[in-house]
This record gives sequence, structure tokens and C-alpha cells, in this order.
Amino acid sequence: MSETKSEPLFSKKNKELITSPLNKTNPVTIQILGICSALAVTVQMDNALVMGFAVMAVTALGNVVISAMRNLIPSRIRIIVQLVVAAFLVICVDQILKAYVYDVSKQLSVFVGLIITNCILMGRFEAFALGNKPWPSFLDGIGNGLGYSMILVIVALFKEVIGSGTITLPGIGKLSIIPESVYQFGYENNGLMLLPPSSLVIVAMIIWFQRAKNPDLIEA
Amino acid sequence: MELFKLFIKSAFIENMIFTFFLGMCSYLAVSKTVKTAVGLGAAVIFVLVVTVPVNYLLETLVLKEGALSWMGEEYATIDLSFLSFILFIAVIASIVQLVEMSVEKFSPSLYGALGIFLPLIAVNCAILGAALFMQQKQFNNVGEATIYSLGSGLGWCIAIVLLAAIREKIKYSHISAPLRGVGIAFVLTSLMGLAFLGFLGFEL
Repeated sequence: MSETKSEPLFSKKNKELITSPLNKTNPVTIQILGICSALAVTVQMDNALVMGFAVMAVTALGNVVISAMRNLIPSRIRIIVQLVVAAFLVICVDQILKAYVYDVSKQLSVFVGLIITNCILMGRFEAFALGNKPWPSFLDGIGNGLGYSMILVIVALFKEVIGSGTITLPGIGKLSIIPESVYQFGYENNGLMLLPPSSLVIVAMIIWFQRAKNPDLIEA
Repeated sequence: MELFKLFIKSAFIENMIFTFFLGMCSYLAVSKTVKTAVGLGAAVIFVLVVTVPVNYLLETLVLKEGALSWMGEEYATIDLSFLSFILFIAVIASIVQLVEMSVEKFSPSLYGALGIFLPLIAVNCAILGAALFMQQKQFNNVGEATIYSLGSGLGWCIAIVLLAAIREKIKYSHISAPLRGVGIAFVLTSLMGLAFLGFLGFEL
């Protein structure tokens, strides 16, 4: 891309693209996008990590593709074009996951396919990639993917540690976090944390914490 | 009777929102007033009932392993299921477009009620989610797939209308400032989800 020569590859503005989705414009807690999968795949840490990585890859690559084609896409049919690009990338990711981490892909079940309709993806295509050059779009995709993964990892951490007392990492397997002696004192895993509603409460807590820290984000 | 069980199961026990979190984005964004919530809920039911049977036919006649055997012996071993994402989403997007155009032409009043929601629905996870669950559940015939789509659409509609009603009620409640808006909606959904967990014990 010859246009990007005018500014350095990691200029201040470009760094901002990666860091701001981690906090002030977080796709999950501030823009309320991509909630569906963020809540459903967080029972185990390895699912959350794989899902976060998959979304990051699709958002970044999809942003690059859309941004490269942005002057060719007629605006009337742009949604269909975006969906096709997203579906193509998701099929690739799905096949890769099936080939290398079959167990995780089995547990994620339909949620890999649902990356296509993940609002973060469409939101970034619409709001950023259609109006920006490929390199900033790539960084924007990475940033938003990271912001999404961050929330997934936090939710999964709480759910898995409190719910089953373990952390499952890809390639390593289950690690017990809570020592055996604590159980002998009568501590028990809280099975409620493994059920769907608890992830909503954890996200609500994250929102609460984040908005209490940044009062300008509070809704009127 | 089997169909009735399937209907109850898809509407309440496997509720789209409370057990799978599908379509949460529009669920949270459009649940500020009951009126718009009813509109979106109706549109979701409508689109689900139209798209899931079509996708079911696509799945059984084209995509599934061995589905192409009606074309002749040599096609019997072809497995096209890796194409299902792109075909399902293409079917959904084009049907939504078609439905939008025909509703606009034949029933302007319905278009006025559903109009702005229809384009949004193409990217609602609940629609693609229902198609993918339909693929996973391997129904026996189109009737089951239709009942399944009707049930899950109704479950989604009930959920969004309930949340909208509660949010209208608590508009003037005194809520801690950082939780206002989305935060409290998450907590409410979680409490409703706990209530819906009660259906899990149902033996059908």
C-alpha cells in the first residue's frame, strides 16, 4: 500500500486503533456488540481463547478485504458483499479448527458459524473498513478482536475458577486452581456459575466497574 | 403430540435468548419500549418460519452427505456440508430482501409496522442460529423444522417483550448510575434466565 508511506506503520493514531477498543470503545461492554457468542462459549477457558482468536482473525482479515474493495462495492448491495466475505472467512476458520483443535470446535458447535452474524464483524465493516485504508483497517480489526477476547477471557476466568475450580488451557489441559485442602475444609464448587445466566451477571459487573471508572460513559 | 412437544421444547426449554444467547444484540438494543419490541419479535417469528424450512430443504436435498443421490448414483458420495454457512446466510439475506419487497408492495400497513426491522434481521444471530441448530438436530421432515422455527421464534418474541415491559417499568427507578441502561438490562436478563431454568426439569 503506497498510501501508508506518508505516515509510519505504527503512528500514534494507529496505536490508538488497537488500544482504544480495549477500554473506551470496547465492542462488548460499551458498544454492546457480539454478546451472543461472548456469553455462550465461556464455560471453559480454552473455548474462550479459541473463539476470541477466531473472531480476531476473521475481523482483521475481513476488514482488510472489505477495505481493499471499498471503492468497488456498490453501496446498495454492500450488506450482501460483507456477508459473503464474512462467510468465506468463517468457513476457512471452521475447517482449520476442525483440523487442528477438533474437541474445541465440537464444543463451540454452532457458535463458530455464528461468527458470520457477529455484530462486531458487521459493525467494523460498516463503520471502519468501508471508509479507511487496508492497514488501519487491519489494526482496527485486531484491536476490536482483542477487546472482544479480553472480555471473553475475563468472563471465562470467573466462570471456570468459581464454577469448577479449574482452568483449561489449549494444549495443556485442565489445571486445578483451587488446592485440595480448601475442599477438605468444606468448600464446594458453585455449579450455578456454569449455567448460562451467570455470564450475564459477570458482564454486568464488568460494565459497572468500567463505567464507575469512566463516568463519561454512563448512560443518561 | 410429538410436534407439540417439540414446540414447547423450542419455545421454553431451549429458549433462544435464555439458554443460547442468540440475537442478544438486537434484544438489548430494541427492548426500550414494548411497542417496538413486539414489532421486532413479530418480524423475527415471521422470518424464522420462512427461512428455516427453506434451509431445511436445502440441507436435505443438496448439502448433506449423500443428499445429492437423487441426481444419480455417481453423486451419492458427495458431501457439501462445508458450504452450509455461506448458503444458509445467502438464503437468509435474499429471503429477507424478498419478504421486505413483497410486504412493502402488498401490505403497506404491515410494512409500516415491521419495515425498519426487516433489514436488521438478516444479521440477527437468532436466524442463522436456528438454521444451524436445525442442521444439528437432523429433523425428519419439513413439518418438524417449521414447528421448531415457530417455537423458537415465539420464545425469542416472548423474551424481548418481557424485557421491554420490565425496562419500561424501571425507567424511573433509582439505579446506581454506572449500571443504568445496558448494565441493568444484563442483570434483568440473567434473573429472567434463572426463572426460565425452571423449565429444564420438564419431562416431555
